[in-house]
Amino acid sequence: MATAEVERRRGQLAALSIAAVVIVVGVPLWWRTTETYRAWLPVSQIRELAKLQLQLSADVEVVLARGTVTPEQQKKVPLTQTREEEHAVDEDTTLRYKYETRYRTATVMEEDALNKPTAAEADLSLHTLSESPCGSLVLYVIPQSYPLLPENVSVYVGQRRTALLRVGAQAGVGRTLEQLLAHLEPHIKQALRVMSFSHTDITAALSDRVRFNPGSKESVADSMRAFKSSPGYEITFSLLNPDPKSHQLRWDIEGGVQTYIQPLLTKLSSLANFSIDSQTLYYAVLGVNPRFDNSRGAYTLNADSLAHVINPVEARLGSNAASSNPVLNFLLYVPDAHHSPLYIQDHRKQEVPSNAFHSPRWGGIMVYNVDSFYGPEAAFPVDININMAKVMGVFLAQLRLLLGVPSSPPPPGFLVAPRGSAGIADWELDRLMWSRSVENIATATTTITSLAQLLDQIGNIVINDNIAEQVSSAVNSLQLAVAELEAGNLKFALEFSKEAILASEKAFFDPSLLHLLYFPDDQKFAIYIPLFLPMCVPILLSLLKIASEARQRRRERQTKKD
Amino acid sequence: MKLFHLFSFFAAYLVADSSDVENSVGQFFSSGHTNNWAVLVCTSRFWFNYRHVANTLSVYRSVKRLGIPDSHIVLMLADDMACNHRNPKPATVFSHKNMELNVYGDDVEVDYRGYEVTVENFLRVLTGRLPLSTPRSKRLLSDDRSNILIYLTGHGGNGFLKFQDSEEISNVELADAFEQMWQKRRYNELLFIIDTCQGASMYERFYSPNIMALASSQVGEDSLSHQPDLAIGVHLMDRYTFYLLEFLEDIHPASKANMNDLFKVCPKSQCVSTPGHRTDLFLRDPGSVLITDFFGSVRKVEITTEAINLTDPIQQQEESSVSEDANKEMYSYVDQLPVSEIIHQKPKQKDWHPPDGFILGLWTLILLVFFKTYGIKHLKHIF
Repeated sequence: MATAEVERRRGQLAALSIAAVVIVVGVPLWWRTTETYRAWLPVSQIRELAKLQLQLSADVEVVLARGTVTPEQQKKVPLTQTREEEHAVDEDTTLRYKYETRYRTATVMEEDALNKPTAAEADLSLHTLSESPCGSLVLYVIPQSYPLLPENVSVYVGQRRTALLRVGAQAGVGRTLEQLLAHLEPHIKQALRVMSFSHTDITAALSDRVRFNPGSKESVADSMRAFKSSPGYEITFSLLNPDPKSHQLRWDIEGGVQTYIQPLLTKLSSLANFSIDSQTLYYAVLGVNPRFDNSRGAYTLNADSLAHVINPVEARLGSNAASSNPVLNFLLYVPDAHHSPLYIQDHRKQEVPSNAFHSPRWGGIMVYNVDSFYGPEAAFPVDININMAKVMGVFLAQLRLLLGVPSSPPPPGFLVAPRGSAGIADWELDRLMWSRSVENIATATTTITSLAQLLDQIGNIVINDNIAEQVSSAVNSLQLAVAELEAGNLKFALEFSKEAILASEKAFFDPSLLHLLYFPDDQKFAIYIPLFLPMCVPILLSLLKIASEARQRRRERQTKKD
Repeated sequence: MKLFHLFSFFAAYLVADSSDVENSVGQFFSSGHTNNWAVLVCTSRFWFNYRHVANTLSVYRSVKRLGIPDSHIVLMLADDMACNHRNPKPATVFSHKNMELNVYGDDVEVDYRGYEVTVENFLRVLTGRLPLSTPRSKRLLSDDRSNILIYLTGHGGNGFLKFQDSEEISNVELADAFEQMWQKRRYNELLFIIDTCQGASMYERFYSPNIMALASSQVGEDSLSHQPDLAIGVHLMDRYTFYLLEFLEDIHPASKANMNDLFKVCPKSQCVSTPGHRTDLFLRDPGSVLITDFFGSVRKVEITTEAINLTDPIQQQEESSVSEDANKEMYSYVDQLPVSEIIHQKPKQKDWHPPDGFILGLWTLILLVFFKTYGIKHLKHIF
C-alpha cells in the first residue's frame, strides 16, 4: 500500500517537475531563439519629427543713403526690427518666417559707390565693399534725386545679394522715423518676396509631406518642371546629325562646357554633384515630319507635334549605367539639308526666337539651322563649326529651369540685372538653397517616419545595427538642419539636410528590409502544433489529474471534518 | 450697327482662340505625370506555358510601340521560349495562330530572365530595395511624377500568384509593396493588369491611393487560353491579353481613347470569364484618363522662351603636361582570391543558435527517461 502511495507521489513529482522545466526553461529558450534581432530605434524622436515646425530666418540690412533721412531721424538709426509670420500648412506642419531687419545709414564709401552713373556700376562697386553671407540681403534706399535708376524703375535687383530701392521724394520730409520706416515697409516686403524665400516656393518644396491642390495650372507646371532634390545629376549633351553626307559638324563641346556651363555648376556645387558627358549621334531622325510653310519658306514644327519628337530619339540615347542619378539630356538637332531651315512654332503659330523647347524633368532640345552657312553650290559634305555661345545660352536657360532656379517674372517697377557669367545671381542661388533645404528636410522626415511606422507594423523584419545607425544619424542631422534653419545659417542647414536625406534613403532602401516574412496564422499553427502538441498533452493532462485529485482530497477532508 | 456686329464677332473669335490655347495647354498638364514606366512580369516556366511569355511580350511590344523606351521598362520573363529546345521556329514567339505576328523580334531587352524572376526580386524591384551593385536597367527608378503600368501573368489562385512553380506571392504582400511605394512617393498613378485564373482576388487587398486595377477573371473563375497553334503545339495566347492586344493595336501615340474603353475589352462572350476592374482608389474619373497615360509615353513640352546672352569667348584648354605625370594614378585589379585574408581569418561572429531538432530531442529524451525509470505503468497517472 505504502509503495503504491510512494509511487504515486513520485509520479506526481515527476509530472510537476517536467511542467516546471518546460515553463521555466523551455518557453524562454524558445522565445529567445525565435525572436528577430531588432536594434533600438529612436522612436520618440522620430515621432517628434513627424510634427514638423520649420522656422526660416533671413537677415535683411536696410541701408539709408544720404537724402532719405533727416539729421534728427539719423540719430535714432541704427535700429533693429523683427517681423514674424506664421502659416499652418496642415495639422502636422507649420511654417514660421522671421525677418530680422537692421536699419543703418550709409558709410562714406557706400555713398561714393551709390553716386556712380549707372546702377550696374554702382552694384559692382558695392560688391567690392562688403560680402554678405549666404541667405542675407542688403537693400540700399536711395532718394528720388539720385540718377542711378531710370524713370519707371523703382527697384534694381543686383547680381549678388543687393538691391537698390528708390523711395519717393515726399517720403523723408516732415515725418518721424517710425512713419518713414512704415512707408518703406511694403516696398521692402515686395523686394523680399522676389529676392528671398516666398511662401509659394516653400509650400511647393513641402509637396512630399503635404498633398495639396495648387491653385493654378502655372503652379502645377512649375512644380512638375524641376527635378526633385537629388545628391547628384548627370548632364548629357548630344549632337544629332541626321545627314552626315551633307553636313560635317564640329562642336567644341569641351570648351563650351568649360566656359559656359561649368561656372554655373561650380556655383551650384553645394547643392549636388554634377557629372557631364557628351555624345554625337548620326542618322538620328525626329519622329515627326515637319511641314513646309510657304509663307515663311521654311519647314515648321508646331507645338502639338513636339511632344512626339522625344520618344524615338530617347531610345537611341545612351545613359550612364553606373549611377542611379537623374539624367538631364540636352539635344542639339541640326536638320538635314532637305528639311532646312526648320523652325519651331508656338501655339500662336509664331516662331520661337530660341528655336528650342524643353520637357519637364527630362531635358531640352534645340534646333540649329546651318543652311545660312553655305550656298547652293557648296561641295558636300560641308564643314560647319557650331556657334557654342548661342547654343550654350539656350541650354543654360533650360538648365536653370530644370534645376529649379525660380523664374517667375518680376513685379512691375522691378529691374533685374542680367545674370553674370555664372548664369545665376547670388540671391537666386539663395532662394534655391532655401527651397532645397526645406525639400530635403520634408523628404527625410517623411522617409524616417514611414520607415518607423513600417518597422513597427511588421514585427518580423530584422533591424540590423547598420540600419539603426543610419536612422539615428538621419534623426541627428534633421534636428541640426532644423536648428540651423532657425538660426539663419543657410549653408549649414543645406549641408545637414543633405546628410539627413542620404542617411534616411540609405536606411529606407536597405536590401535587408524586405518584407517577405508574411506568415498567415494558419501557417504558423501548422508549424508549431506538431512540435509542441505531443509533449504538451501529457504534461497538461497530468497536471489536470493532479489538480482533480487534490480537489477530491480536499472534499474528503471537508466531509471528514464534518 | 454693322461695325458693332463686326466688332463683337471679332471679339468672340479672339476669346474663342485664347480659350482654345488655354484648353490645349491645360490638357497637357491634366494628368500630372512626366514620365512612364512599365513592369511586365511573366511568372511561369515550362514549354506548355508558352502563352504566358507570349502575353508579356505582346504587352511589351505595344508599350514600346507607343513610346516607352527600354530604359523605362522592366521586363521579367521566367523562361526562355524563343530558344527553347521544343520550339519548332527558334528565336520567335508568336501570338497569332498561323504564325502571323512574331512578338519576339530583334529588339527585345529582357531585364530579369529565367531563375532571376522570383518573388523576392519582384518585390525588390517594386520597393527599390535592390543591392547597390544592381545596374540601372534592372531598377525601377520612378519618382513622384511617374505613371507605372504593372502587368502580371501566369498561374494564379484565390489570393496568390505562382512564381516559377515553386513559390507564390500573396495579395497581401502585393498590397503592402504598393503601400511602401506610395509612402516613398515612387509613383503618381499605377495601372495594375493581371491575366491569371481568379485574377480579381489579387487586387482585392489594395489600399493605397491612385491605383487602378484590371483582371481577366473574377474569383472562382478560370482565365482561358485563346487558340492553339498546331505547328507549335501549344496555346499561343490567353484570351484576355489577345483581345487587349487587338485593342492596343488601334491605339497610336496621339489617340484620345480613355480607360472606359479599356474596361470594355473582352466581354464575357469573347473571354468566357468575366473581366473585372477596380477604380475606387483612383482619384481621377476613369473617363478622363487616356490610355496613353499608362501605355504610352507622351512627353509634356514647354517652349523655351528665353535664352541667356553669353559673350565670353571659349577658353582654350591649357596643356598641363608636367603635372599630369605626377598625378597619374596607378590602377590595378582587385585581388580575385584574397589568400592572405583567408589564411589569417578571424572566426566569424555568429549568433548562437541551438542545434536543429534540439527542442524535439530534448522533450523526447525527458519523456523516455521518465518512462524508463518509472515503468510504463505510470502512464495511467497521466492519462
